Amino acid sequence: MTHTTISGTAVEPFYTAESLPGFKLGKAGEFPYTRGIHPGMYRDRLWTMRQFSGFATPEETNQRYRYLLEQGQTGLSVAFDLPTLMGYDADHALAEGEVGKCGAPVSSLADVEALFDGIPLDKVTVSMTINSPASVIWAMFLVAAEKQGADWSKISGTLQNDILKEYIAQKEYIFPPRPSMRLVTDTIEFATKHVPRFNPISISGYHIREAGSTALQELAFTLRDGLEYVDWAIERGLKIDEFAPRLSFFFNSHSDFFEEIAKFRAARKLWATIMRERYGAQDERSLRLRFHAQTAGCSLTWQQPANNIVRTALQAMAAVLGGTQSLHTNSLDEAYALPSEHAATIALRTQQVIAYESGVTNEVDPLGGSYFVERLTLDMEEGAQNYIRQIDEMGGMIAAIERGFPQSEIAGASYRYQCEVEAGERVIVGVNGFVSQQAEPPIEILQIAQTAREAQCAKLAKLRVERDSARVGRSLTALRRACEGRENTMPPLIEAVRAYATLGEICDALREVFGTYREQSIL
Amino acid sequence: MSQPIRVLVAKPGLDGHDRGAKIIARALRDAGMEVIYTGLRQTPEMIVSAALQEDVQVIGLSILSGAHNAIVPRLMQLLREKEMTGVMVILGGIIPDEDAVRLKQQGVAAVFQPGSSLEEIVHFIRERAGQPSGQTAT
Repeated sequence: MTHTTISGTAVEPFYTAESLPGFKLGKAGEFPYTRGIHPGMYRDRLWTMRQFSGFATPEETNQRYRYLLEQGQTGLSVAFDLPTLMGYDADHALAEGEVGKCGAPVSSLADVEALFDGIPLDKVTVSMTINSPASVIWAMFLVAAEKQGADWSKISGTLQNDILKEYIAQKEYIFPPRPSMRLVTDTIEFATKHVPRFNPISISGYHIREAGSTALQELAFTLRDGLEYVDWAIERGLKIDEFAPRLSFFFNSHSDFFEEIAKFRAARKLWATIMRERYGAQDERSLRLRFHAQTAGCSLTWQQPANNIVRTALQAMAAVLGGTQSLHTNSLDEAYALPSEHAATIALRTQQVIAYESGVTNEVDPLGGSYFVERLTLDMEEGAQNYIRQIDEMGGMIAAIERGFPQSEIAGASYRYQCEVEAGERVIVGVNGFVSQQAEPPIEILQIAQTAREAQCAKLAKLRVERDSARVGRSLTALRRACEGRENTMPPLIEAVRAYATLGEICDALREVFGTYREQSIL
Repeated sequence: MSQPIRVLVAKPGLDGHDRGAKIIARALRDAGMEVIYTGLRQTPEMIVSAALQEDVQVIGLSILSGAHNAIVPRLMQLLREKEMTGVMVILGGIIPDEDAVRLKQQGVAAVFQPGSSLEEIVHFIRERAGQPSGQTAT
């Protein structure tokens, strides 16, 4: 019987030195950084404990942020609701039933100000999970920070802003690929010049994996997406070492423990090698792949939810042993609702127990040198190189997306996995094995009231009356003109945001110029 | 030989999480049904219109965004208005128990929560397709 990883990779019963002919392993903090991007890793500084959070209204979300910071979280991560993610205001017809359900609603600068009320943006780093309207939300963030007295040259944080993976997996696209890439490149250029400590992009594999890809596909498609952004930035006229240091990544930390650790190590080695060999990057910071990890939401179950605490702990451990810079741990109620305060606290404590009690932070890359882990790392590297080459031959990632390549790879892997589960070949504890005969005891879940929408609509009505409509109109006209031309869209976006133009109004202007995208579904 | 059961698999609302809907669509096809997948971001109006045009016996809705309490009743209302109550509506996604109970009272034939098996869903549709919404097989 063949034993395979969860991704279907066959593994031997054990590996020896013979499994690694001619193998050389470098040091952490040295090219190609397989063992870690810093020589001391967690001995010097722990990963950032950055729990993804947002719900109902900006005010309630602000309270949860303050709570999590009090409980020892060390960075913020903003979840936005679906209307916001799709560039609609809370009072749009399509926002009906959706406001505040998946994250915090943000329709204007006023909402961002409320979101970070009492939270010093020059001291706390903020990551924002926003893609199609990322530059708009970033403009709101920058203005809110400035109003707090923060200096753009000093503030740090991350914008997800990875539109390619939207077409591939998360599907929160608005505009077609090329105008969207222009918007992303505008943010990278603006950050390079004006907000140099900010990470304007978080090139993501998490969502690709959640959509059902294998670990290898997650790795390969993420890195290849990264290369597409690099190519566009270079095309814009930026030098590799000007912007590459601030490209960041976001990976899933899934259930197959050793496969995940190998994936993270292979990611670092591949990126460093490609940056140097393909792009001639010289600055070490351009070569060091920095990433945030999130434990796998798709692995968590509705049945016997307490088991999810265990799953999350193992996945978090894999991310730590894989050398992550930042980590979100999921809550036990993942399959039910957004995290309750209780569940979110356990998730944070999971990281704290690993950090302070397990001892793994005393050692850099403790699994380095393991025959198994090193073999898996090498195989992952080779497999990813094959995929990258394939996509290069198709003409790049946009071309590959247009022909449906990554989407069909993911759909195939996802269906294969589900068939394995159906056939009982993959056991999911509590779901198709060790099933409870009794009904599940109810767990307390977070409820989002319909009043969230009402509150947001009332704020919007007030805002539209109080602001300077002429200034808003002028700013949107200037924005449209910028979009039609070639100037960087960030300055006109910032002006529109200052005038309290709403997210929906701004995105409508962008939609007018760029058009909207409709995908060809691939089953 | 009987006609294959025709199923519309739909993603209503803004939710873009389509992994489950796509697997269901493919599994139903493998089980011999004719499946039309609507793609993302469908309004209740678009779904009902597609169901009518495609002359389906079943509408499968996939909602993971928490918007089911706004979307599903409106869809059920539209089916009533268009005299399409013979179409069976099933729902999957992140649907809390209490909402599932209420939605079934409003005519949804079944709610498949996370972890439901494909076999269970195929079996349910085979047994029940052709029965009016909310009524049990005789």
